[in-house]
Amino acid sequence: MIDQLSWKVGGQQGEGIDSTGEIFAMALNRQGYYLYSYRHFSSRIKGGHTNNKIRVSTSETRSISDDLDILIAFDQETIDVNVHELRDGGVVIGDSKFNPTVPEDLNVRLYAVPFTEIASELGTSLMKNMVAIGATSAVLGLPVESYLEVVEEIFARKGAKVVEKNMEAIQKGADRFNELSGGQIDGFQLNKADGKKRMFMIGNDAIALGFVAGGVRFMSAYPITPASEIMEYLIKKLPEFGGTVIQTEDEIAACTMAIGANYAGVRTITSSAGPGLSLMMEALGLSGMTEVPLVVVDTQRGGPSTGLPTKQEQSDLMAMIYGTHGEIPKVVMAPSTVEEAFYDAVEALNIAEEYQIPVILLTDLQLSLGKQSVEPLDYSRVEIRRGKLDPKEELPDTDDKDGYFKRYEVTEDGISPRVIPGMKNGIHHVTGVEHDETGKPSEVAANRQKQMDKRLRKLQNLSFNVPVVKQAPHEEADILLVGFNSTRGVIEEAIPRLEADGLKVNHAHIRLIHPFPADEMRSMIDKAKNVIVVENNATGQLANILKMNVGQHEKIKNLLKYDGNPFLPSEVVMKCKELV
Amino acid sequence: MATFKDFRNSIKPNWCPGCGDFSVQAAIQRAAANVGLEPDNLAVVSGIGCSGRISGYIKSYGFHGIHGRSLPIAQGVKMANRDLTVIASGGDGDGFAIGMGHTVHAIRRNIDITYIVMDNQIYGLTKGQTSPRSDVGFKTKSTPEGSVESAIGVMELALTAGATFVAQSFSTDLKELTSIIEAGINHKGFSLINVFSPCVTYNKVNTYDWFKEHLVSLGTIEDYDSSNRMMAMQTLMENKGLVKGIIYQDKVKPSYQDLAHGYSKEALAKVDLNLPEEKFNQLMSEFM
Repeated sequence: MIDQLSWKVGGQQGEGIDSTGEIFAMALNRQGYYLYSYRHFSSRIKGGHTNNKIRVSTSETRSISDDLDILIAFDQETIDVNVHELRDGGVVIGDSKFNPTVPEDLNVRLYAVPFTEIASELGTSLMKNMVAIGATSAVLGLPVESYLEVVEEIFARKGAKVVEKNMEAIQKGADRFNELSGGQIDGFQLNKADGKKRMFMIGNDAIALGFVAGGVRFMSAYPITPASEIMEYLIKKLPEFGGTVIQTEDEIAACTMAIGANYAGVRTITSSAGPGLSLMMEALGLSGMTEVPLVVVDTQRGGPSTGLPTKQEQSDLMAMIYGTHGEIPKVVMAPSTVEEAFYDAVEALNIAEEYQIPVILLTDLQLSLGKQSVEPLDYSRVEIRRGKLDPKEELPDTDDKDGYFKRYEVTEDGISPRVIPGMKNGIHHVTGVEHDETGKPSEVAANRQKQMDKRLRKLQNLSFNVPVVKQAPHEEADILLVGFNSTRGVIEEAIPRLEADGLKVNHAHIRLIHPFPADEMRSMIDKAKNVIVVENNATGQLANILKMNVGQHEKIKNLLKYDGNPFLPSEVVMKCKELV
Repeated sequence: MATFKDFRNSIKPNWCPGCGDFSVQAAIQRAAANVGLEPDNLAVVSGIGCSGRISGYIKSYGFHGIHGRSLPIAQGVKMANRDLTVIASGGDGDGFAIGMGHTVHAIRRNIDITYIVMDNQIYGLTKGQTSPRSDVGFKTKSTPEGSVESAIGVMELALTAGATFVAQSFSTDLKELTSIIEAGINHKGFSLINVFSPCVTYNKVNTYDWFKEHLVSLGTIEDYDSSNRMMAMQTLMENKGLVKGIIYQDKVKPSYQDLAHGYSKEALAKVDLNLPEEKFNQLMSEFM
């Protein structure tokens, strides 16, 4: 019996590869296994190789695995592209329709199951994915009934007959596999899972759920990979709470519309990826200058320009920290797990309103789209804090000669009282031009300095829960591994392997990218001989930020990957050994 | 009840003496009072340029945004609080050059706001460059040999984009302009009002006298029917777009807010943000 295995299904885009993986994973998630899946896909709808790699484990896992136990192939290309990932003795199950072959020098077992033929006999070749799932169950020794609940839910609307046919397809796939293999094959049976109920979701789902729970009632956004799921979820859910989503003409409109709605008092967000964020840069400056709260999600993907739109990368870091002309206070947060993505979505809204600033919620494609098992979230941790927003309908008279409210009053903490349009005696002016305390344009030098200092002072007292996730068991470590966003899983998996080789390894995962938690990082760096920064980009952006804030250049080393694919644990282990 | 004086503040506009924008400012203040608004229920959102300063010259909630983006900001304000009257405003460069994408989409989206463009066929604040409303042959700093690009027929364009309220006026005609702005505010949907507002400093061609000579009042056209889109288009084309009055109005089509599925009847800014625990648990269970 084993505690974890990796399964991959591949074929042409548009032939049901995603749903095959989805049904397989959902059924196992229901039994209490921890799932982690990562899709390889291209920027097209039909055609082109796609695959979905799913890891099943009896304990929590947040990374793709080095190797593969089972490969399900709907075409020969899938085998050609992926067969070398298979472990010694791994299994390939291909549709007999294309006469699958595997390289002779590899020790893998090939089974040609007539996926399409069995499905066609049952009425439609579309069910070939169910036949493949059936064959998988036979390898794993899972009863076919494990899928019943999921199949019923998915096909309930199409009627009992369709459910029955699909279950039959699964059964026939299992039967045919058993005939071919001559019964149970060894080495693929999973230990029983704990049976606990967990969610099965992508990072974007968690962020979107966080926004709904955190009081977002309006969103303006433009579709883009890998951010669109956030918008799609809010389109479905916001109308239940009186809210709505506008799909705008571009990201400039998305961002400025969100600023307009936040100014008028509704928690409003927008989400995009690198190209969209580039278009929003001027508006981010407007939010900073006018002190209108704003939350923007940046789901990083391969850049520059259109880059690798469906691939993993973490190369927007510098742009998010420094982006927009001029100088504004801004917070950049980078959750490292799906759970954190949920809580951080709520917190981003609070920080934006409390400090009256733009907040970038940074993710990467692997975190945004990797689908995984997630423990139930804690409702009691959802808190809505709106800072100095005064909810009164009527305010006292002001001493301004025009009766204008001092929306930009210079205060000790730099944060001014905030009112929204419609309030009596709350009238003020808002402008991206430098302005006085009532918002009227002013170029007076002394005023400029006062307002600039006031804005930049706001983050001096920023309170942020866990800016760095620390695993630091060693007072004198050989290596400190540093990362942000989705690399947490792969680093956590590499550490025990490095320790098994006698290295002492600490880990710091940075969750608050800006303002940079320099003090916390300094103490971690002091305890390590080598600092290795693991990141999916070509120039070592996080390493450079670390050097800029903490110094110690001689200790800091780059571990980079920018070919579009996430790190594998073995890559981190190998390169760490090379570097120390 | 507020009078037009309640919409005034003490700020002296930085417009040149004789600028057409003064009358537009006065017309907005009068129209706001005439339709019964209070200053704290009005939000004026403006873009960048000479005319973009208008949000600071009217006593109301004012938002002076970034170049070309007054419309998305204004639409966001309205979506957040449908009880507010929202006026977006700016110049022809703001709305028909850098912001043209937003103008076309705001028109077809039909959110209930009023968009007033102060159209002077030139870039004033940057000291005299060509605008998308400049005529072919118009000499400016950026077109010293005369513009070779066609001027955009914005009223015609609005009609083809699905506009439900299209009007044009002239800044000297304060009475007509005021009544058109009132009609725009009262219109249930997006209203586009293009106002010829001459630039006395940089545009020596399209002057007050030039407009007086060339503008045709729709009131003088026999049997003109502003509910007839075909007639509106034909009249615009026959007069090279140089007409004034309410060109077209569709009083039937519901606004975006009335069509948006599930969108709160109560101002969204006043809706309770808290999610009940049962609801939260239900949302979580949908992922299980």
